[in-house]
Amino acid sequence: MTFPRSFRLTLGAAALLAALPLAVSAQIKVGVTVSATGPAASLGIPERDTVALLPTQIGGEQVQYIVLDDATDTTQAVKNIRKFTADDHVDVVLGTSVTPASLAMSDVAAETGTPMISVAANAKLVEPVDGPRKWIFKTPQNDALMAGALADAMVKQNVKTLGFIGFSDAYGDGWLQEMKAAAQAKGIQVVAAERFARPDTSVTGQVLKLLAAKPDGILIAASGTPVALPQRELVERGYKGQIYQTHGAANNDVLRVCGKACEGMILPAGPLLVAAQLPDSNPVKKSALVYVHAYEAKYGAGSTNTFGGHMWDAGQLIQDAIPRALKTGAKPGTPEFRAALRDSLEQVKELPASQGIFTMSPTDHAGLDTRGRVMVKVVDGKWTYQPDL
Amino acid sequence: MDLTIALILLQDGILNGAIYALLGLALVLVFLVTRVILIPQGEFVTFGALTLAFLANGRVPGTAYLLVLLGVLVCLAEAVSSWRTRQWRGYGRTVTWALALPGVLLWLAPLAAGPGVPLPLRVLFALALVIPMGPMIYRLVYQPVEQASVLVLLIISVAVHFALTGLGLLFFGAEGWRTPALVEGSVQIGPVAWTAQTFAVLVLCAALIAALWLFFGRTLYGRALRATAVNRRGARLVGISTRVAGGLTFTLAAAIGALSGMLIAAITTIYYDTGFLIGLKGFVAAIFGGLVSYPIAAAGALFVGILEAFSSFWASPFKEAIVFTLIIPVLLWRSFGSVQLDEED
Repeated sequence: MTFPRSFRLTLGAAALLAALPLAVSAQIKVGVTVSATGPAASLGIPERDTVALLPTQIGGEQVQYIVLDDATDTTQAVKNIRKFTADDHVDVVLGTSVTPASLAMSDVAAETGTPMISVAANAKLVEPVDGPRKWIFKTPQNDALMAGALADAMVKQNVKTLGFIGFSDAYGDGWLQEMKAAAQAKGIQVVAAERFARPDTSVTGQVLKLLAAKPDGILIAASGTPVALPQRELVERGYKGQIYQTHGAANNDVLRVCGKACEGMILPAGPLLVAAQLPDSNPVKKSALVYVHAYEAKYGAGSTNTFGGHMWDAGQLIQDAIPRALKTGAKPGTPEFRAALRDSLEQVKELPASQGIFTMSPTDHAGLDTRGRVMVKVVDGKWTYQPDL
Repeated sequence: MDLTIALILLQDGILNGAIYALLGLALVLVFLVTRVILIPQGEFVTFGALTLAFLANGRVPGTAYLLVLLGVLVCLAEAVSSWRTRQWRGYGRTVTWALALPGVLLWLAPLAAGPGVPLPLRVLFALALVIPMGPMIYRLVYQPVEQASVLVLLIISVAVHFALTGLGLLFFGAEGWRTPALVEGSVQIGPVAWTAQTFAVLVLCAALIAALWLFFGRTLYGRALRATAVNRRGARLVGISTRVAGGLTFTLAAAIGALSGMLIAAITTIYYDTGFLIGLKGFVAAIFGGLVSYPIAAAGALFVGILEAFSSFWASPFKEAIVFTLIIPVLLWRSFGSVQLDEED
């Protein structure tokens, strides 16, 4: 069976065309590693789900996302970034969900000259901007920013003494440090500091010790549904003071598990949590709602999660930075492009995203200011924006 | 620290200790009869608690599908071994409990998760979903290697634990759940308030331990299990099937695990991986009893619970370290004090 010459040509062209998108697509490669399993799965799952909403075309180039799970394991996270840089030659790495693993990844990022945007919160990741940290950016609010907001609220509520109960890990440690500093600056005394672990089934001992110190307010520094355990225990043991939480508690599952016991608790959070309640004059309202609508269109009403917002913001950062990097003439996939992208990320100015307004600089790789936080109170089982705190 | 605080801590410790005691007993039982160190014991706790939590929240738990899947696998495994031996007697029974039962439960699951179903009925339904997993896992994973060394069985246990934890994450998500309290209300005894749920846990634990004691002392199956525990080969010589004994033990272990999970899920938040740590503390308790003694394991469990409560008061950052470091002196003491027994004597 023979085909006319012209038909064969068409066939060949069609085959080429079919193959072409494969060849030209994925011009820009983005490596994403998140903790979709393991202890930080409640952070990693919404982050992973958000990747599907990120732009697939930036500055006229196709963007390919390669998503891997690191199981909240530092070793696996490093393996993932090694794979991204050695096998996939990615131009930028997004992730991962927790601080220890992100810290370990930063060495590989610097060694291979790959910009990395972490979605973990600890300021140690990007401060001070020197050595390997030149290559690292992060989207979540610094704990210091949130601790400052809490201290301000405490002053307004006349809290003079503060009790602290936090995770016995980097999150709790970091918060105790930041809160002590922020509280001291406002003349608030931290009178008791207790620890608990995520899988604990009882915090009676710690709560009794806190109650014995009779503080005006108590801060629970934990993340996800575990925050409900000390909260419920404090309420059941009749604590009458004000209970504060960190933005780690800004999660709808917390309200489900905590029920009535969470009524009245106060926490600082990204504007995303109460985006719809913000006044129209708030600069973050519009950009936050874009994410809420995109996420809920895909995963159902009420499914938005503030942790996913951090990944969305990382996507906004690269969307802003990639066109500038392309203008330098460097080709994606080359070390020059990665260096240009890093420089370009430092030039992000007044970029509205879901959690605040980003302005990066050679000395600030976190980029959020006080517009990146609001105070929220649980009223009638709902997050309620508190403009006065 | 005053008397009130000490009493509250003691109450908290006893409550947790009672749960550890149940799990410790199950671990001792499984080890004695099958030589398996049942690390997945904690997963039965999680599955029990979260299955009930999902039903109470009006959702069909993933365990309903898992049970069907395990049942199909068991039927296939049984079919292969029946085909090899040309012995099809008893296959009907396998189909009934491993295929028909999970199918019916899956069909009923939306009804059990529906509104207006009383809590005790949901508890029973959740138990029916989780308990058959015990013997199914035994049939699929442990029975083919029942003659293997304790080490091999332990490694398999670790694998089963990880597989079940992963499934737990898939079924229940990363966030924690609570179940409604089985009983409401509280009483003031002296300076300490006791909730009805606390009483329920303690009473049920005591009742379960008493039931186990009766089961082992008075029933034929219980005695057969004891005989297997004392001497496997001897038990086989007098006609006790170690396979039946193994399946029965795993049924009991799953039942104890699932019940413990439902008891504590009203008091604390349960995550897909909580069970492991609870099971591990039960294991520490079982180590107290050298994996052979029920009463010492139960006493050890209460001790672990109380120690945990007091160390969380005095030195909360080191709570787990204190509890698990305890194993070392206990092991030292046991290795000096006890006579080594051969694996298969």
